[in-house]
Amino acid sequence: MKLRLKIWRQKNAKTKGAFAFYDLDGVSPDMSFLEMLDSLNKKLIEEGKDPIAFDHDCREGICGSCGMFINGYPHGPVPGLTTCLLSMRYFKDGEKIVIEPWRAKPFPVIKDLIVDRSAFDKIQIAGGFISVTAGAASEANSILVRKKKSDEAFDSAICIGCGACVAACKNASAMLFVSAKISQFALLPQGRPEAKERVRAMIVEMDKQGFGTCSNTGACEAQCPKKIKLTNIARLNREYYSAF
Amino acid sequence: MNKILFSAISKKFVMALAGLFLLLFLPVHLGINLMLLKDDPEPFNNAAHFMATFHLVKAVEILLLLTILVHVVYGIILQVQNWFLRPVRYAVRNKSETSAFSRFMIWTGGAVLIFLVIHFFNFYFMKLGLVDGDPENFYSIAYQLFSIPGYVILYWVCFILLGFHLYHSLQSAFQTLGLANDFWTPVIKGISLIYAVAVPLGFAIIPLFIWLLK
Repeated sequence: MKLRLKIWRQKNAKTKGAFAFYDLDGVSPDMSFLEMLDSLNKKLIEEGKDPIAFDHDCREGICGSCGMFINGYPHGPVPGLTTCLLSMRYFKDGEKIVIEPWRAKPFPVIKDLIVDRSAFDKIQIAGGFISVTAGAASEANSILVRKKKSDEAFDSAICIGCGACVAACKNASAMLFVSAKISQFALLPQGRPEAKERVRAMIVEMDKQGFGTCSNTGACEAQCPKKIKLTNIARLNREYYSAF
Repeated sequence: MNKILFSAISKKFVMALAGLFLLLFLPVHLGINLMLLKDDPEPFNNAAHFMATFHLVKAVEILLLLTILVHVVYGIILQVQNWFLRPVRYAVRNKSETSAFSRFMIWTGGAVLIFLVIHFFNFYFMKLGLVDGDPENFYSIAYQLFSIPGYVILYWVCFILLGFHLYHSLQSAFQTLGLANDFWTPVIKGISLIYAVAVPLGFAIIPLFIWLLK
């Protein structure tokens, strides 16, 4: 496959970026999107040019590092996939692909396609945990949990914090991320003792980090690679109102 | 504490409550408007008179005006804040799938607000004595307005846009209030659709009936 790539290049957080054009030949449809970028970078390095900086780690869809905005979609046009799992077979030979970093004020660009997502970490640090006495793990069945609740909690817990929800939202709202992090605890008995403090602290931190408000457009749910549901946001709202 | 009371969620909570109150008001207004279809102006004028003079209604009217103010002001503030959160825009338009009409709430809401201002000049300000006219005969004023083709076209355009606004608003208010789950959300979406079609349609058919039958 031959591709025409238009990629955002930005030296660092302080400089103004711009798009650069690259023609890439010999792309296999079996490659992942990141492998395609690897092959472009190999070519750039061989030519003595600065390779394109992009975040990546596990390359199996569970770390949440590799977010980028591809042809108008966070993580590309295929629902339920992270960029690393996006295969080049979804693109046509000769296609023009535009790649941009996440665009949101709380996610400043560090370099090229890498954005600083530490705002998410700060929200997590504010309350996304349970306080337990360290030591040997307790007996798993000592607290009984309804299977349905445990499944729902798991469906929320699989949020990888990639930031696609913020990138997709017209308001750059982090509500889907925060709601997943709240829900994974709210649904389980272990999360209840600190539920009120947790939701208050995380919402205050979310606002402090400068994320937008939720308009319930559902763009976040549509673009979430882990298919985190909007009902989590309703749960977050309930948790918040009942925290007074 | 201030951070909690004025958090993003608290603001949306206020927006949702105000919006739901306005959603309750519209069918009441429609019920009175449907009396315009009668040949006798008395029932409509009596209803308008009752709404203008009964003490309890006057108290609700103040609440209604405040609600409109809060809903509009908060809506504009939140929207403007949100616009500044993407200083560098995407080069390719964001194609993420969204709930129908949800991205255009500020614009559909703006159209409804413009209509509301015109409507206030035509009726409400007359009642307050700010504009000339007989507030005891709103029936004939309505008939005069509906005889102007340009007014009727504006009326219809605004009500279509109101329908778009209502379709997202009802389901969105429930979601914001935390009243959403896998079972009820599809039901609420269905009710939103029925409400968003029925109420604006009810208003819009009145000038049509007047044109065709009278």
